Amino acid sequence: MKKFKDIDTNKFLLGITIVMFFVMYIIGMIVFNKQGFAKPQVFLNLFVNNAGLIVIATSMTMVMITGGIDISVGSLVAMDCMILGDLMMNKGWGAWSAMLAVLVIGLVYGSVQGFLISYLNIQPFIITLAGMFFGRGMTAIISTEMISITNETFSSIAQCKIILPIMGTMNKHGKMMYPFIYPSVIIALAILIIMFVVLKFTKFGRSIYAIGGNEQSAMLMGLNVKKTKFIVYVLDGFLASIGGILFCMNTMAGFVEQAKGFEMDAIAGAVIGGTLLTGGVGNVFGSLFGCMIRGTIESFISFQGTLSSWWVRITIALLLTFFIVLQSIFSKIKAKK
Amino acid sequence: MKRKALALFMCTAMAAGLMTGCGSSGAKSEAPAASEAPAASEAAEAPAASEAPAASEAAASEAPAASEAASEAAASEAPAADTPANEIAKNDGEAISVGFAQVGAESDWRTASTESVKSAFSEENGYNLIFNDAQQKQENQIKAIRDFISQDVDYIILDPVTETGWDQPLQEAFDAGIPVIIVDRMVDVKDPSLYTAWIGSDFELEGKKACGYLKAYLDAKGYTGDVNIVDIQGTIGASAQIGRTKGFDDAAKANGWNVVAQQTGEFTQAKGQEVMESILKQSDNINVVYCENDNEAFGARDAIEAAGKKVGSDIANGDILLMSFDCTKAGLTDTLNGSILVNTECNPLYGPVLTQMIQKLKAGETLDHDTYIEEAQFSADDSVTSINVDGTDYPVTILTQEVLDARAY
Repeated sequence: MKKFKDIDTNKFLLGITIVMFFVMYIIGMIVFNKQGFAKPQVFLNLFVNNAGLIVIATSMTMVMITGGIDISVGSLVAMDCMILGDLMMNKGWGAWSAMLAVLVIGLVYGSVQGFLISYLNIQPFIITLAGMFFGRGMTAIISTEMISITNETFSSIAQCKIILPIMGTMNKHGKMMYPFIYPSVIIALAILIIMFVVLKFTKFGRSIYAIGGNEQSAMLMGLNVKKTKFIVYVLDGFLASIGGILFCMNTMAGFVEQAKGFEMDAIAGAVIGGTLLTGGVGNVFGSLFGCMIRGTIESFISFQGTLSSWWVRITIALLLTFFIVLQSIFSKIKAKK
Repeated sequence: MKRKALALFMCTAMAAGLMTGCGSSGAKSEAPAASEAPAASEAAEAPAASEAPAASEAAASEAPAASEAASEAAASEAPAADTPANEIAKNDGEAISVGFAQVGAESDWRTASTESVKSAFSEENGYNLIFNDAQQKQENQIKAIRDFISQDVDYIILDPVTETGWDQPLQEAFDAGIPVIIVDRMVDVKDPSLYTAWIGSDFELEGKKACGYLKAYLDAKGYTGDVNIVDIQGTIGASAQIGRTKGFDDAAKANGWNVVAQQTGEFTQAKGQEVMESILKQSDNINVVYCENDNEAFGARDAIEAAGKKVGSDIANGDILLMSFDCTKAGLTDTLNGSILVNTECNPLYGPVLTQMIQKLKAGETLDHDTYIEEAQFSADDSVTSINVDGTDYPVTILTQEVLDARAY
């Protein structure tokens, strides 16, 4: 029993998530082997489809480690897509300047929310709820029509297939299919790794964990809690905008109804990945696996072919409950200790 | 150790639960014969059948029950039609796998469309349908298409949530050599050859048919007075609104009808009623209301009745004629009881015609890149049985309770 108590809570929850992902994936490979679930492309599609979500979940993890939450990201993503579409298609901006503008908007968005949350001490839920309404509303104000993005530069970045010349298979239609990814996947993974390093190995990162663990003692330790929280939300707004650009590279359109409930998917990914809502515990790789578990369930449903796609939600609900229960068991053990 | 064991047990139980959850209800029963249900006359109409000269042998030889129902009507009016549009083309030999990415289940119309495709592409007919409901999210549809490609399906059918943003997934399908048939909405892609074919409604023709009916009806009744007509438009910019309004505008100009007002009712009952109320306050000589969908017609009817006027078919004695589109069950019920004079269909039953298209592709034929699905027109009044639009005759189905009951949606 002693040995068990010594295991790091953080690592154990992460371990369970990773094991669960691989178990599910292997089961999928066995059950849907005939339909080709074992193809490397199916695995890569988890990243291709979810590049935006991975970035958002990474930044959500950071926010949740401080004990906060940000439910405005879904609307911000929709607004980013709409602004990208509007600037490039209606205002004649170049792809790079439009993307830069969106990143600046993300920074501003994050700064305002961060200022209100950290310096005025308002509940992050309320502020980001306001941010969520604001973002969705602004999206509709810019345009209620769908804007299709056909900008040459933007689409060439988005649609540049990076083909991996290994494990190709011949399909029924006589085409050689090599596994491929898009640049968005590389960007998402790069951000994931950078955030991992920032959180683990920098003073800023350790302050975040300390604040989430106990804000009072973090303050007594001499950490600038307000400033750290402010920077967290600014960074969160910035990362959410990167996520928005990656999302846009997948859908290539701006539309009011886009990315609805995206923030909840990110939160679910983070929680399944072992991040505690109460703060202090979390790992960005856990969130990556959380998102991938979700993607795997979606693939199951779609390979199965007759089940309602709403089963994705139901399984995610079960998984969330499972992980929350697991977390509460852990905190009980900790308390005993 | 107990707790660890418990945790591990829960973990595996969860995973096992997931799998049974996914696997168990596979053999779901599907609504039988939903697609054969529409009025027999639709088959008789069959203008599209002539566009399909060498229809596949598979389709011609194995005529299912639907053709019996259609036979009386089809025999007289469509001599050259070798494949009625509502006949399912069965598949011989190895099952064809078809991935169908559907928008969602947001309306009765959509559900009818889903059921039609599901029952047409059944296992008994030699197909393996992989169905995906995108819950009205484009990103889900993009994922679904990628999954279909990974599964190496033979054909992909896409009913897109949005018109935009399809270059990338369609390019992926194209690279994999999988033909994609687009249904209902058009897609806005740089290169239309990325998809094999599109099939959907001809909204302008719907508008023309409705106006053609009105003209024929007034002629049949010998009405020569003024026609003061109101157009309650759909949501501005929707393809249904654009087409139906265009058909209306052209006909009003050609026939010298007096357009009293033209406003959007946003395809909703509440807005339709509101618009109609305000129009009635401004002018009291209105005798025809052209609503661009059924919901608007319900709203307009309520507004007219609230203003103390009557909807009906007797224009000479002050009745207001109400015209509508879509032919939902509720809309046709009102058509049957006479409050809607004529209801022009927006056909959701894509299943059978899609099977025919896929059989043609299998036989190596090329499809017309864009085709329109056939659509009927219903009225409870029997004074007009056929109308002529741009030189083509279209029959009008006299709506009875039996016709209504036989419809799938």
